[in-house]
Amino acid sequence: MSNPPLDRRALLKRTAAAAGASLLAGCDRLSNARWFRRTLETGEDANLFVQRLLLSPAKLAPEYSEAEISPWFKPNGSTDPSDKSYKAMVKNNFADWNMELGGLVDNPAKFSLADLRAMPARTQITRHDCVEGWTCIGKWTGVPLSELLKQAGLKPQARYIVFHCADIMEGAGAADDDDDEENKPEGRSASNAESSSGDSAGSGTKPVYYYESIDLEDAFHAQTILAYEMNGAPLPIQHGAPLRLRLERALGYKMAKYVMRIQVVDDYKRFGNGKGGYWEDRGYDWYAGI
Amino acid sequence: MNCGAPGKPYGVVREAAETVLAEQHDPLLLRRSAPDIAIVERRRWFFRHPATVRVTHWINALCFILLLLSGYQIFNAHPALYWGVASDFEHPLVSMSSPNSFLSEPRGVTTILGRSFDTTGVFGLSYDSQGQALTRGFPNWLTIPSSQDLATGRRWHFFFAWLFVLNGLAYFLYGFASRQLRWRVIPSRDQIRGFWASVREHLTLHFPQGDEAKRYNVIQKLTYLIVIFVLLPLQILTGLAMSPGIDAAFPWILTLLGGRQSARTIHFICAHLLVLFVAVHIVMVILSGFWNNMRSMVTGWMVIEKETLDEQPSA
Repeated sequence: MSNPPLDRRALLKRTAAAAGASLLAGCDRLSNARWFRRTLETGEDANLFVQRLLLSPAKLAPEYSEAEISPWFKPNGSTDPSDKSYKAMVKNNFADWNMELGGLVDNPAKFSLADLRAMPARTQITRHDCVEGWTCIGKWTGVPLSELLKQAGLKPQARYIVFHCADIMEGAGAADDDDDEENKPEGRSASNAESSSGDSAGSGTKPVYYYESIDLEDAFHAQTILAYEMNGAPLPIQHGAPLRLRLERALGYKMAKYVMRIQVVDDYKRFGNGKGGYWEDRGYDWYAGI
Repeated sequence: MNCGAPGKPYGVVREAAETVLAEQHDPLLLRRSAPDIAIVERRRWFFRHPATVRVTHWINALCFILLLLSGYQIFNAHPALYWGVASDFEHPLVSMSSPNSFLSEPRGVTTILGRSFDTTGVFGLSYDSQGQALTRGFPNWLTIPSSQDLATGRRWHFFFAWLFVLNGLAYFLYGFASRQLRWRVIPSRDQIRGFWASVREHLTLHFPQGDEAKRYNVIQKLTYLIVIFVLLPLQILTGLAMSPGIDAAFPWILTLLGGRQSARTIHFICAHLLVLFVAVHIVMVILSGFWNNMRSMVTGWMVIEKETLDEQPSA
């Protein structure tokens, strides 16, 4: 026997479900439309504009006490680069590691770990905010990036600093699939990436190394350091040994790990897919201040 | 379907001249033909919602649903909440997960303050349209975009957060300048005295008519007051507190909220208090005269009194 009120309830339920489904399907379609993505990006442009207005060079990210240091610091991104030459350096305890600083500078130079340790250092206990939403606190010691840049001398066209890293994210030599889930700021997101043609993951293709870029305003900030120590000990491999960027007014993915080479450029468009970083090429915002 | 007379809601004809903030007595007596008698209705109209209020209301409604669903997408990137400055991964306040299990079918588990609940199908583990199991916090019918895609979810969230903030500013500027805000949400002295009477009216679903229906009742005013001046600003503040850039510019925000992870948790709780508000709001809209309320939020005009007079058929 049919029961009218129940039927009506079922109908309402189905109507609501259908309305909800079409709302979400519509949103999915909009998400993939180029014009709509461009429209949504204006929100991120506004974030950059407003934060640049609010953040003078003197504004420091909050610093914390020793007692607040996280007992376990969750590593973000890659935790064990599979690159062969990197593995060789690990075996050698980075004795033959050199970081090259070049591009639009007057004095290109190479720095060993000992060179960097001999330079003025800054120690800071800061928060690490992952784009996923979690937070850890760690103590970092390193050389301020501004020291290196002043020493190298920037050419007038210099606008951005690009960090080239040892961790292979995709292609030949990438870490096992089992690790991949861990390696991404967020599982499975790369499948939605706007990747360039022929840039598919898998062995046999050209390896895609992690890279990042920052502008001069961030590069010369007092808390922007190249850290070689974490919590008073040499930087562990899972946190980017031997050297990682700390950019304390930004999210974790901006802070390149396993830094091998620093290049001063006028524009970052010629690297990767042209968005300024590995995750930026996959849809994340270049300015990661929020 | 059985939802009133065909055509316009109530089949009402209104005088052409509409003056802003004016109150009208409908001079037209409406007749519904019946065999012997004519049922005559007299309606009193009131112009309740100025255009700015109506437009900002609907933009706000759009922003709310899109911010909520893109917020779930962002939450899913790390479906756990903590208290304090940093994440204590061993002791989340709330977490949604699908623990590895080799012995049985995988389940979705939601843990709240140490107590676990099986939420398979909704939280922790849910199914896509093909019936494929997905390990996610919120299911794909509650997230924008529907599949796991943090980068796109963030884009939606920030864009509509800006729209929401600018829309809210427009509402505030107008509300203060026109004194509408004060008239709308600050209870008058007589209303505060009549608080319990209003509670009784709500519980018995009796809604004021006539002159009393021109203004919001005391419970309504207090609710809107809390939503407009507490929950919505708190939602913006806790959202900003999660930004490392904003924290450098205004460190006092974090001090106020007790740390970034606390801010994230408050953002989540506050979002659901707003969901609760919207749910009650929609129920009240339906119970107190759905079409009348909808019309007033679209055209501005609402019927505040309706008299039904039985008359002998006139010649």
